[in-house]
Amino acid sequence: MKKLLSALLVLCLISSLLAMSGCSEKNKEVVNVYNWGEYIDEDLLKDFQKETGIKVNYKTFETNEQVYSVLKQGGSSYDVIIPSDYMISRMISEGMLEKINFDNVPNISLIDDIYLKQDYDPTGEYSVPYMWGTVGLIWNTNYIDEEITSWSALFDERYAGQILMFDNSRDALGLALLYLGYSINTTSEAELNEAYELLVKQKEIKQAYVMDQIFDKMEEGEAYIGPYYAGDYLTMLETNPDLRFVVPEEGSNQFVDAMCIPKGAPHKDNAEKFINWMCSTEVSLANSEFIGYTSPNVEVREQIDLDEDAFAIMYPSQEILDRCEYYVNLPQDTLDLYDSLWVKLKA
Amino acid sequence: MTRGMKRLSIPYIVWMAIFVVAPIFIVLIYAVTSSSGAFTAANFSNMLSYSGVFARSMWLAFIATVICLVIGYPAAYILSRLGPGAQKICMMLVILPMWINSLLRTYAWMSILENTGLLNRFFRAIGLLDLLGIEFVPMINTPGAVVLGMVYDFLPFMILPIYSVLVKMDYTLVEAAEDLGATPAKVFTKVTLPLSVSGVVSGVTMVFVPAISTFVISRLLGGGSDMLLGDLIEMQFLGTAYNPHLGSAISIVMMVIVVICMSLMNRFGDGEEGAIPL
Amino acid sequence: MTGKKVRFGEKLLVVLLFVFLYAPILVLIVFSFNATKSRAVWTGFTFKWYGELFSDATLMSSLYTTLGVAVLSSLIATVAGTLAAMAFYNMKKRWRTPLLTISNIPVVNADIITGVSLSLLFVSVGKFLGHEYGFLGFGTLLLAHISFNIPYVVLSVMPKFRQLDNNLVDAAEDLGCTPAQAFTKVVLPQIMPGVVSGMLIAFTMSVDDFVISYFTAGTTTQTLSMYIYAMTRMRVSPKINAISTLLFTVVLALLIIINFRNNKNDGAAKPVTAKEIKQ
Repeated sequence: MKKLLSALLVLCLISSLLAMSGCSEKNKEVVNVYNWGEYIDEDLLKDFQKETGIKVNYKTFETNEQVYSVLKQGGSSYDVIIPSDYMISRMISEGMLEKINFDNVPNISLIDDIYLKQDYDPTGEYSVPYMWGTVGLIWNTNYIDEEITSWSALFDERYAGQILMFDNSRDALGLALLYLGYSINTTSEAELNEAYELLVKQKEIKQAYVMDQIFDKMEEGEAYIGPYYAGDYLTMLETNPDLRFVVPEEGSNQFVDAMCIPKGAPHKDNAEKFINWMCSTEVSLANSEFIGYTSPNVEVREQIDLDEDAFAIMYPSQEILDRCEYYVNLPQDTLDLYDSLWVKLKA
Repeated sequence: MTRGMKRLSIPYIVWMAIFVVAPIFIVLIYAVTSSSGAFTAANFSNMLSYSGVFARSMWLAFIATVICLVIGYPAAYILSRLGPGAQKICMMLVILPMWINSLLRTYAWMSILENTGLLNRFFRAIGLLDLLGIEFVPMINTPGAVVLGMVYDFLPFMILPIYSVLVKMDYTLVEAAEDLGATPAKVFTKVTLPLSVSGVVSGVTMVFVPAISTFVISRLLGGGSDMLLGDLIEMQFLGTAYNPHLGSAISIVMMVIVVICMSLMNRFGDGEEGAIPL
Repeated sequence: MTGKKVRFGEKLLVVLLFVFLYAPILVLIVFSFNATKSRAVWTGFTFKWYGELFSDATLMSSLYTTLGVAVLSSLIATVAGTLAAMAFYNMKKRWRTPLLTISNIPVVNADIITGVSLSLLFVSVGKFLGHEYGFLGFGTLLLAHISFNIPYVVLSVMPKFRQLDNNLVDAAEDLGCTPAQAFTKVVLPQIMPGVVSGMLIAFTMSVDDFVISYFTAGTTTQTLSMYIYAMTRMRVSPKINAISTLLFTVVLALLIIINFRNNKNDGAAKPVTAKEIKQ
């Protein structure tokens, strides 16, 4: 009995010591970063700490909507968040973001002008582009013989049980709108309802709603086809060379994910240091090569070492970009409609 | 040691008021207000459109509970009759998986059930798939997979309480019944089963409540559609459709369902010795 | 009802049960040594995932958080829960019954409701105190864990008080013990098994918890369960299998040690499982 107790006490002591050693790091400088899953070369975080002495507390999210929920819930303490364009626009309009002091972010000069002061952040005061890319269809040539060119493949009964679909409202409804020939930024209730009906029909033949789980499913041949981001396709291709990617003919979404500082960020200076560091050519290049997304840094484009096919996917031709559209923030009524359609679809 | 004792209870009562009662009260307030802070009943009236989720959650949790009972009762019955040494080892083996993170245990099933997973590879190797002329047996992302996950995760919760009632049971009662000429079936229904009802009641509660409220199992094994109540609530708080007011209302309704189910169960177990004191 | 013959068929059923319980765990363990990331095809033996595991800073810090919260919350809950059980025991039944029912709410309630309601509480209090941001963190996580751990300690200590012979306390006080001495010399040794098993339960509940932590830990604090959950949502890495294997080994070793000690000195705390106490 006594022995058991003393054993327990020793155990407690050891683990609280461990816990202490964890806590003692709190005295160090930190920056709390909230980013998409599979969206950074994590070795860079260590490099950042080595260079600046600032420790990165890194956490990941799955969807833009989730970032919004977490920030809205309150009580959060992120210093840097990396949502996409339309969500940044929504956050700006709801006063959820802090203005960035660009004196601390000189590397902004390396960012290509066309990604600055975009519609989602017209004054350019709130965000610094991190990466951009396009949405397209990824398919496995082992299972699918035809050349895929249209979103219709996602609704094709021949592939029943083998179709993956986006697990977030904006991308899922957006694709359906594109297929129906509507704008991805429509506010028409009728059009959105039509898109919803299409997704309800698709629900019968889809395999699963996924976000980053798509990596394994496509790499291992668990599913035939699914929509995802171009950069992640390049990553999947390294494991499974049978995969192909296309930006469908009906058009698609082009997105910019940008680094922002949420209101109430406890380490704003460190956040700006982090943002500036991520913009530097060396870091952005390493990051882009690792995650496969397109860096908005002009020098990266010149220096990146890729084969022709991969380059064409990372930096799509103007012809492809012309049929892509950015998401914009929608009026509150439409946002509510998105939420309720989405919950209804998943229910 | 009585006078001072009264005062001793005060800190805990205050603690409970803050950390047990107040939070539920806040959920209630959220449930009857809108995002602008005005009183509304819309959160509850909107809930009708989610009746499918309620029905599905209750149904899947019910099936999982029944399966747990069907497997768990005989298992507990057999285990309680093993020799003392074997019993000790077997009980340890039942308990051991419960100490491993349930996320990990659920995750393990993903690689087993997938279309290109271990089980389907096994079926192919033994020629079953060719025999049936199919490429794979669809298992993952089905309600069946979710139920399997529930049964796997919660089965020990069913075995343990039944086992501990059975193991304490006075075996001379069974012998007496046998001596008086009862058939084995009669002995079971008239002696063993009634004496173990309290274990069954707590086992059923311990399986049903986590099963109806899970969001991890449905998300890992269910493919992200056909949500359960847990998913629906999580979605409104930290997920893809922020609306804590609706989420609170759903939580309240779920709580009421659980309380009703449990009081029904307890009534059923009432009058038996050692019914759970809830 | 030990001692009754068990037929061969029944033994077979038990074996099948254990196959069901352990097959998935075995799969996890085997594939933690797999050379590639594949979860279904064996491609060769490696230890590299274990190496990656220990060099993963996020993972290690989440492990420290988990242990820190588990140790602190179970210690605090044990002290508080034992005192509360003592107070309840000395209460009139009229008061005890409703208070115990309230105390049991976190045990009976679904985890997700406990988590959601506590997070709403913390956020509201934070806003009230003027901390709209950064209020969720290690502190709120710890409070949440303490609050769901206390009832388990109460439930495990209460029965020991019921078995307590009050005459012994009276005798000790008559013989000149102060109430404090009577408590430490007479009461505590007798309720100790309940206290120890209560603490063990609290510790395991805390380590195993995912849902409540998920809602109350906020943004920068992350427990091991939360990190594992995030990992299952991303590109799968056999690091998960490596963690499983390590945890399994540690738990197995702990159980064997505890059991071994129990054999040596009977009456010590049994390795009660987390929810066994619920009945």
